Amino acid sequence: MGMTISEKILAAHAGLDKVVPGEIINAKLDIVHANDVTGPVAIKEFEKLGIEQVFDKEKITLVPDHFTPNKDIPSAEQSKVMKEFARKMNIKHYWEVGRVGIEHCLLPEQGVVLPGDLIIGADSHTCTYGALGAFATGVGSTDCAAGMATGEAWFRVPESLKFVFHGTKFQPWVSGKDLILYVIGKIGVDGARYKAMEFAGEGIHCLSMDNRLTICNMAIEAGAKTGIIEPDEITLEYVKPRAKREYKVYKSDPDAVYEKIYEFNSEEIPLQVAFPHLPENTKSVDEASGLKIDQVVIGSCTNGRLEDLEVTAKILKGKKIHPEIRCLVFPGTQEILLEAMRRGWIETMIEAGAAVSTPTCGPCLGGHMGILAKGERALSTTNRNFVGRMGHPQSEVYLCNPAVAAASAVRGEIVHPREVMNNG
Amino acid sequence: MGRAWKFGHDIDTDAIIPARYMNRSEPEYLAAHCMEDADISFAGSVKNGDIIVAGKNFGCGSSREHAPIAIKAAGVKAVIAESYARIFYRNALNIGMPILECPEAVAGIEAGDEVEVDLVSGRIENKTKKASFQARPFPPFMQELINAGGLIPYVKEKTKNA
Repeated sequence: MGMTISEKILAAHAGLDKVVPGEIINAKLDIVHANDVTGPVAIKEFEKLGIEQVFDKEKITLVPDHFTPNKDIPSAEQSKVMKEFARKMNIKHYWEVGRVGIEHCLLPEQGVVLPGDLIIGADSHTCTYGALGAFATGVGSTDCAAGMATGEAWFRVPESLKFVFHGTKFQPWVSGKDLILYVIGKIGVDGARYKAMEFAGEGIHCLSMDNRLTICNMAIEAGAKTGIIEPDEITLEYVKPRAKREYKVYKSDPDAVYEKIYEFNSEEIPLQVAFPHLPENTKSVDEASGLKIDQVVIGSCTNGRLEDLEVTAKILKGKKIHPEIRCLVFPGTQEILLEAMRRGWIETMIEAGAAVSTPTCGPCLGGHMGILAKGERALSTTNRNFVGRMGHPQSEVYLCNPAVAAASAVRGEIVHPREVMNNG
Repeated sequence: MGRAWKFGHDIDTDAIIPARYMNRSEPEYLAAHCMEDADISFAGSVKNGDIIVAGKNFGCGSSREHAPIAIKAAGVKAVIAESYARIFYRNALNIGMPILECPEAVAGIEAGDEVEVDLVSGRIENKTKKASFQARPFPPFMQELINAGGLIPYVKEKTKNA
């Protein structure tokens, strides 16, 4: 009986030849990650252990991205705790504002997380790195503290669910975001609770890394422990120029065991919109058409990458944001922002009337830089539409891909991109 | 013994402690805003020893440990749910916030019922309705973590012996 990619990575890091779902293992970690919200709590727990050093100063990543640039005095204090800890421990992977980006855009871009890695991160969207063929999972601050101290963590080996997408043809404007929203709509927000979601098939392997990162990013929205994709040529093309250390490519055995296999025809998946207040409340964009909105947010760890900005600029080119709409764009990293600027996309967005920000998680979690008032409605490329997620408990968030978001910003209501594009 | 506060399915960590309060992490501050977006009256009226009873997938969403910290600091003795999201489950055990999985108890307890919970045996008694339930036992490794008083004391003990 073979093993899945997830089981192989876990077994290798636990020093075992084989693991089976349900087994509890202790495994060595390649990266332990935290941000400015979870980091300070982890540091407080770390200090309770009474040890002087982290297990490896090159294997810890501290990314101040949630409330940065610091929004107020308490958040500035939190960032300061992390900065001082990074200095004291001589942490290699720490970035200041001006170099920092949104964690799950930044770490893959900088080649810090690599195929075959076992990663824990004190942020639920840590599962994003599964797009590289790593086993990466979100944990809380205490697990993160123990990981920083020992370089190890305990895991219950998860059952794997396989999601196979047949066919490389998609409906116009459909992206990775639509595939993952469609899956969450099918299985529900606890449909993959405690499980590994493995995405496979030619419909996945024809996708760019930006699209794959979006898909794995939202595995947590189905309750999964991780989302993962076997590395292929596209993965290695992305990884090779970035990697500064050795990495290992794992693939699932042909006779690996899956708890369940879901199969989809890529071409049948329409553009998705997730209605409040759960990501599973998905409908096709045509069913959402005509819904009035107040704010559009494009960016985040889900959709703040170069291709997301490319499609946004493509739609906004020569058009104007609707007079009653605030359209906010949050590029994932400084490198992405700079490249989008060089290609003229930022100019296009600003000419259209969009506000373009420095990278931050800000509005996605209702932190800062785009909070909703009572009764306001946002259409957003972010990952969650829970009650009060982006501001007032009586505001609403609808989730979609960047093309739908940009087109709707122009129209002032939710609309299919074909409605604002002359040729398509 | 405490009163039951009843919540529905998929109570997410934004409902347990909204991110707008996460620029701070003091337990008392978080407790003052606990469950705010699910029930605005909760933080002001919850009493020491009260119980949260909820449906499936309690604690879904963010990895913020602020969620179980807020519940614990609000004086809640235990959470009883049909099931838990995995990061919340881990976080609660790690910080020593008692959580029990028992769909039968969730079905058999209404808001305001007087409930007694024995955390050692997992026995849940609804005094108001005179019914009792047995929570699912923890897997042995997790019981070991609970017995140690959470992950930090457990790791401390382990690193001392190493």
